[in-house]
Amino acid sequence: MASYSTNEFRSGLKVMLDGDPCSILENEFVKPGKGQAFNRVRLRNLKTGRVWERTFKSGESLEGADVMDVSMEYLYTDGEFWYFMDPKSFEQHQADAAAVGDTKQWLKEQEPVEVTLYNGTPLSVSAPNFVELEIVETDPGLKGDTAQGGSKPATLSTGAVVRVPLFISQGEVIRVDTRTGEYVARASKS
Amino acid sequence: MDDWRPAASPAALARRAELLAAVRGFFARRGVLEVETPLLASHGVTDPAIEPLVVQGGAIVAAPRYLQTSPEYAMKRLLAAGSGPIYQLGRAFRDNEAGRRHNPEFTLLEWYRPGFDHHALMAEVAELLELCLGRAGWRKVSYGDLFREHLDLDPHRASTAALAALARAELDTGGLELDRDGWLDLLLSHRIEPALEGIVCVHGYPASQAALARIDASGPVPVAERFEFYVDGLELANGYHELADPAEQARRFAADNASRRRRGLAERDPDPRLLAALEAGLPPCSGVALGFDRLVMAAIGAASLEEVLAFPWERA
Repeated sequence: MASYSTNEFRSGLKVMLDGDPCSILENEFVKPGKGQAFNRVRLRNLKTGRVWERTFKSGESLEGADVMDVSMEYLYTDGEFWYFMDPKSFEQHQADAAAVGDTKQWLKEQEPVEVTLYNGTPLSVSAPNFVELEIVETDPGLKGDTAQGGSKPATLSTGAVVRVPLFISQGEVIRVDTRTGEYVARASKS
Repeated sequence: MDDWRPAASPAALARRAELLAAVRGFFARRGVLEVETPLLASHGVTDPAIEPLVVQGGAIVAAPRYLQTSPEYAMKRLLAAGSGPIYQLGRAFRDNEAGRRHNPEFTLLEWYRPGFDHHALMAEVAELLELCLGRAGWRKVSYGDLFREHLDLDPHRASTAALAALARAELDTGGLELDRDGWLDLLLSHRIEPALEGIVCVHGYPASQAALARIDASGPVPVAERFEFYVDGLELANGYHELADPAEQARRFAADNASRRRRGLAERDPDPRLLAALEAGLPPCSGVALGFDRLVMAAIGAASLEEVLAFPWERA
């Protein structure tokens, strides 16, 4: 793997730090006019999600991390692992619960997701910003209650529970924002 | 491609032009002569923390030429030749310096005042800043007091281990290993500067950070007759009661090169013309260099140099 000097640190660059793959979020060059130059770097640890700031001497370098974001199709889960396929190579990858994390509640079979591979193994999985899922369980809809006001919990086909307006019924497909976990709109049934 | 367009807004460029005129007016009223010295010179600075860009190509370039990191040496030669008070508003270049507050090519305002000590020059810098920024009032604080105030620590007496321990407790420094001045620079730039508000002048730096300033050995600890100005935590200017002793200057050149060797940097030949000028006699004077682009940043409240440069490095 190539190594990168502080002046090559860019947002999105993946590097190894203290043994973990990290993504650089921000790199600030700090130099007193007559003194030592530093780079104050904000990073995200890709294993733990922790975001923090580390200061380096300018000119120091870090080894690049073998981290790739690949668009894959979600296949299925056997309860222990979640299986994804690279549609280009047809190669299958299994991700454990730590890698899929909260994203598992948005995974719909045959839908594309972004899988981050570290040394060829899934490190994390991110859902698209919006997904369309069917409601498998909710209280009956209330006629005439199509305007504002009131919401109720609805269980989706993936097991996720979101709050929906009262007029939405079981069996309907809705659009959900995965970043907030909020109902957006009714989706047209396909 | 949209990067043919200027990065700065028309309003920022207009403010920049106003400030250039304001600076020239300020010095014209005071009888300070505007001068221009070469950008491409036969010698660069020896300062271990500053790397020049070097020009090696071109039929006329027999030996490498250095893009000036500041016009200091040439301006001191003018002073030694009897120029009287002078200022220069021009470009300077520094390798490896790029970021929100750094552009490898930048505009530097540098001026020298024969007969001024550093305190007299601090007062003049403050007047210029008040004029350009439309603010009134400034604070003058010693380096020692600043560290005591913000970090409860005496920067002149604390051990290297104590400085390192404080920095490591308050910041994630990883495996960082620094010398004493390096830890002081880290604490100043990471813990103190961001907390500075208004126009602040810091003076009385450790003697080890004197650069080209005289050293005042009359107090309990020797301090450099050097000062820096900050506006809301943004470092704007660095000034000295200028060293005039050629023997001491030659020793500092040698010390810079020793430090360069230790850090694995190329050594720089001391500029023989500067040493000859000091030999002939530099009048007692103080001088200061002020980052003009940062002055424009402070004037319009910009967060980044890109907002005040027509074409920053990436678009140049």
